[in-house]
Amino acid sequence: MSIRNKYENELNLVFNKLVKMCHEAELAIEKSINALKTQNADLAKEVMADDKNVDGLEREIEQDCLKILLLEHPVAGDFREVSAALKMITDLERIADQAADISEITLQFKGEKFIKKPEHIELMAKLVIGMVKDGVLSYINRDLDTARGLDKRDDKVDELFETVKADLIELIKRNSANADQAILFMMIAKYLERIGDHAVNIGEWAEYAATGYHKIG
Amino acid sequence: MKKNDINIKYGGDVSVKNAELWYGDFKALKNVSIEIPEKKVTAFIGPSGCGKSTFLKCFNRMNDLVEGCKITGEFKIGGRDIYDKNVDVNLLRKNVGMVFQKPNPFPTSIYDNVAFAPRTFGITKKSQLDEIVETSLKKASIWEEVKDKLSKNALGMSGGQQQRLCIARSLAANPEILLMDEPTSALDPISTGKIEELMEELKKEITIIIVTHNMQQATRIADKTAYFLLGELIEYGDTEKIFSSPEDKRTENYITGRFG
Repeated sequence: MSIRNKYENELNLVFNKLVKMCHEAELAIEKSINALKTQNADLAKEVMADDKNVDGLEREIEQDCLKILLLEHPVAGDFREVSAALKMITDLERIADQAADISEITLQFKGEKFIKKPEHIELMAKLVIGMVKDGVLSYINRDLDTARGLDKRDDKVDELFETVKADLIELIKRNSANADQAILFMMIAKYLERIGDHAVNIGEWAEYAATGYHKIG
Repeated sequence: MKKNDINIKYGGDVSVKNAELWYGDFKALKNVSIEIPEKKVTAFIGPSGCGKSTFLKCFNRMNDLVEGCKITGEFKIGGRDIYDKNVDVNLLRKNVGMVFQKPNPFPTSIYDNVAFAPRTFGITKKSQLDEIVETSLKKASIWEEVKDKLSKNALGMSGGQQQRLCIARSLAANPEILLMDEPTSALDPISTGKIEELMEELKKEITIIIVTHNMQQATRIADKTAYFLLGELIEYGDTEKIFSSPEDKRTENYITGRFG
């Protein structure tokens, strides 16, 4: 029977907000890719506007964690959980930023017909959404296998990025008029690739919280 | 070197193997082994009654004074067995000073408190005593506060000053190890801060072993931390490791406040 009920309630509050922030970030990626696919400018603008919700959650969780550090002086596993949460929210915030960036680029297509169906980009998005979700859940559930497995899953995302790049180079070579759109697609693919890296970071902090070991690099 | 020379050196490292201690039928220490490095601060933590103060008192044989106390195992300081029958306990206690939870100055002048140990060791020359008193009070960071009132009674000082005077009194014996049993638990944060600063300075020259119930104090000042529970040494290691990733669940439960 724990004698730290107040502390554990405070930590659970952080967990709940973190899950909420993670969900918002996943949703932002999903919507940004839907907006791209359908060239839906309204939806793209919605993603850009909603980014402030994620920023707000980041600030809230940050305050909660700093307050716990200040008032509860957590040590050992408690300290690792709070500091891991503090680090993870920076990654989640960047992820949502990148989803907003994708939407900003979507607007630059100006509704013109695509030079290519963005099927690989869609697949990248699907993979990174799963990785972000599992990264945060592996932290909450202290699920080391899932946390450590993110690195491997990111390799698949990197492969897809290379495929997208090669396709776009080919399209530019074929017709230089494709270059404008190719660059936009390239940037979107790069943002998704970065999101994958952030998800791996989240997994590394989940591992730190559970074991005290933090992977370098 | 003369046997009663105040400058005699033994060494500041402590090595204990398979220590066991009984108070009558009660076994207060169970098979404790530890290597405490010299010129570092080592903290003993653990719940009340876990044996940490008992263990601390083994290092200057204060338990010899407790009736019915039996000690087995090996206790070495500077490589010498301190329970050997040829050991001069007075010399041992000169080398291993002790500061207690409640300041306990003698009801005499500030000067006489600090001059006590050197006088006991036969130093009578005024100039030599003056020098030891001044150096010791300076090392204990209290010289500036008391230099103009050395003849005043020590009991008129504040609690924090009295505690630093007691540290100065220990230092006057030129020890290589200083044992501190909850030295700041009766002091306000300012006095506590002064004594913690002082430990940081002192460890350049001597080994400090401190019993503390204040986890934050252990993290602030200790290089090494040892966690005791029910007479056993559960875990011992670098303080940063103990407080970030302890190996033993019982250590984690205690330091995170989930014990019991």
